[in-house]
Amino acid sequence: MGIESALGDGYFTTQIDSLTNWARSNAAWPMPMGLACCAIEMMAFAGPKYDAARFGSEVMRFSPRQSDVMIVAGWVNYKMAHAIRRIWDQMPDPKWCIAMGACASTGGMHRCYGVVQGCDNFLPVDAYVSGCPPRPDALLHALMKIQDKIRTEHSVMLDT
Amino acid sequence: MDTKHISDQLDSKFFKEHQEKLYQALEDKHTTVEMMDQDDPLHTKMVLNMGPQHPATHGVLRLILQLDGELIEKVKVDVGYLHRGVEKIAENKTYQEFMPYTDRMDYLSPYANNVALCTAVEKIANVEVPERAHYIRMIGCELSRISSHLIWLGTMIMDAGAVSYFIWAFREREKVLDIYDQLTGHRFTVSHARIGGVANDITDTAMAMIKDFADKFPQELKDWHKTLDRNRIFFDRNRGVGVLETEDALESGATGPTLRGSGYAYDVRTFEPYARYDEVEFEVPTRLEGDNLARYYVRMEEMHESIRIIRQCLDKLPKGPVRTDNAKQAYPSKDEVYYSMEGMIHDFMMTDTGICPPEGAEAYHAVEAAKGELGYYIQSDGSGHPWRLKINSPSFKNIQILEQILDGEMVADTVVIIGGVDPVMGECDK
Amino acid sequence: MDLELSETQQAVVDGLSGDFTDAFIEVYQSSGDTFIRVESEAIVDICRYLKDEHHFIYLSDVFGIDRFTSRERFEVVYNIISLRAREHLFIKVRLPEENPVVESITGVWKSANWMEREVYDMFGVEFTNHPDFRRIFMPEDFDYFPLRKEFPLLGIPGSIDLPSTTPDPE
Repeated sequence: MGIESALGDGYFTTQIDSLTNWARSNAAWPMPMGLACCAIEMMAFAGPKYDAARFGSEVMRFSPRQSDVMIVAGWVNYKMAHAIRRIWDQMPDPKWCIAMGACASTGGMHRCYGVVQGCDNFLPVDAYVSGCPPRPDALLHALMKIQDKIRTEHSVMLDT
Repeated sequence: MDTKHISDQLDSKFFKEHQEKLYQALEDKHTTVEMMDQDDPLHTKMVLNMGPQHPATHGVLRLILQLDGELIEKVKVDVGYLHRGVEKIAENKTYQEFMPYTDRMDYLSPYANNVALCTAVEKIANVEVPERAHYIRMIGCELSRISSHLIWLGTMIMDAGAVSYFIWAFREREKVLDIYDQLTGHRFTVSHARIGGVANDITDTAMAMIKDFADKFPQELKDWHKTLDRNRIFFDRNRGVGVLETEDALESGATGPTLRGSGYAYDVRTFEPYARYDEVEFEVPTRLEGDNLARYYVRMEEMHESIRIIRQCLDKLPKGPVRTDNAKQAYPSKDEVYYSMEGMIHDFMMTDTGICPPEGAEAYHAVEAAKGELGYYIQSDGSGHPWRLKINSPSFKNIQILEQILDGEMVADTVVIIGGVDPVMGECDK
Repeated sequence: MDLELSETQQAVVDGLSGDFTDAFIEVYQSSGDTFIRVESEAIVDICRYLKDEHHFIYLSDVFGIDRFTSRERFEVVYNIISLRAREHLFIKVRLPEENPVVESITGVWKSANWMEREVYDMFGVEFTNHPDFRRIFMPEDFDYFPLRKEFPLLGIPGSIDLPSTTPDPE
């Protein structure tokens, strides 16, 4: 409290980590990797009723360079897996990944030759959402979990 | 130009052979894919890769466009980025077990896909369906057509530049999904139809919601017509764009609203009426122009007609069972399963082996899904699993015509044309 | 089995057994659908004949079947529609296990293009005179034909690559 009283009104002190985490967690722009049915629920998640804007995530960025959270929505085909990995590599750090739905998490019901049995075979996944397809509420929950995770990170302190 | 040259310059990180063949496919005896000429960049052709991850391709469609300035000279469409092999899965599942996979084929209108599979199995195995179930199926199918066309409206107009339609269309779509939630227990992958009927009857709440929706939705449609029908920007983007003549449409296998927008009234509901479509009155909207605007009018009219069909179904809805009570052909009701020994045994048998059509039987049955003729061909070997199940998917046929209609268009119109054809990749890629 | 052929179907059967005596093999019905089996060499001529003479102007589907028998293992089925008579008709050809080749009907219906590519991709049936003959769903680097019965449901491990998990420097 000492510094603040010395600086006068209009100042407050905080850790730089808390500030960045606060900013990052409330502006987690999704990279919608909409593949299949889950993509439609992801659209509903951004749509008027569920309104992802309440969590600062309404800005669906189709350019990987501008996004923070990749939402893999739908089953991942072997042919598509390469494109997904390439887009993930193009996203700037720090980045997070949500595997939305059973197919993206484990292959789900598509236990078949064409489908990668879970996108965690080639992506580091932070949150898995169950359901086939999950309701938009469940995706919002996953987004909140990602926000919680962002808030506990120590990015700047580790750098120094 | 020899093909080796391409492969040398091709800087691909994965599936080298695949990419090479794809680029080679652009070549014919008149054109060759030239690599960037260092001397005069204005004289070289540009090959533009679009997708598989692109917001306007409605999923994971990939287009390779060969451009001359802003004009598209030649297009190659690459599909298969969602291929998982459902036909292979079908050969390892019982007929009823396979039904949830049909939800995930055309995930914009899953109810129609359920009905398509069930009608095909009913045809091959001679299953009678109660009257009431037919009407419930028709209501479900028409609602799914509306929900699919709403996605088309939202995304296609968003691609053309108006984001507000995405919000409005999704607001209405949420109402349809809420009805499904009440009626079937899930928002959109419903799996509600069963072989021999439907899973459960319409509840009073669901009935009230459908009535309410049928009353209020036409007003909504009228408002949309008001803002779009005389909208200069919308017209300029769509009129005369992506023209497909009637003969070309038939020749190249277009189906659904794309075919009807080109002037041929082919609709399976009137062509080979299934369920009780011969007992309700409706029009098959058709347009002659064959451009994107014609497809817009056809789909908007179809939503009107769907509401009309739903109203008639609600009026005519007969009383009675919703599933056939022949225990060899359909699941027994839950009451029987819980309170009688036979019911439980039948339930077990249905889950274990399911319905067994006669050996060597073959059948094809099509329904009119939101995208067009959706047919299931089944060949049985006498067991509970199909020997071969082929899905004749409308999006596959409609995407094929993209290669034709994109020729000679401007590159900026690509997204509108894809939006107008309205493909679903999950169905196209099987 | 007694056949219940409609007028158009009867005309088709009469026409085929008259004009294509060598190629016409059999006609049978199952669950209300009519199937005509012909020799694979004559398929293009027969398709053109059906389109020109009997108004089967719309090709709905082309698909393959693996019969898993030692003789004539593969079957290619053409699902054609007469919009005037409101009828479906199925034309079948059978092909041997070794080197299954049939002529492409893209010259008759343009829409056969992708459908034949799909049959090739799934069963390995080759089509001659096809304008753009490639795989359609699976990448070219894939060596198997997944809908053949001997192909396991879960695929063959290592037959198709997963992306590398070391970050791309770009």
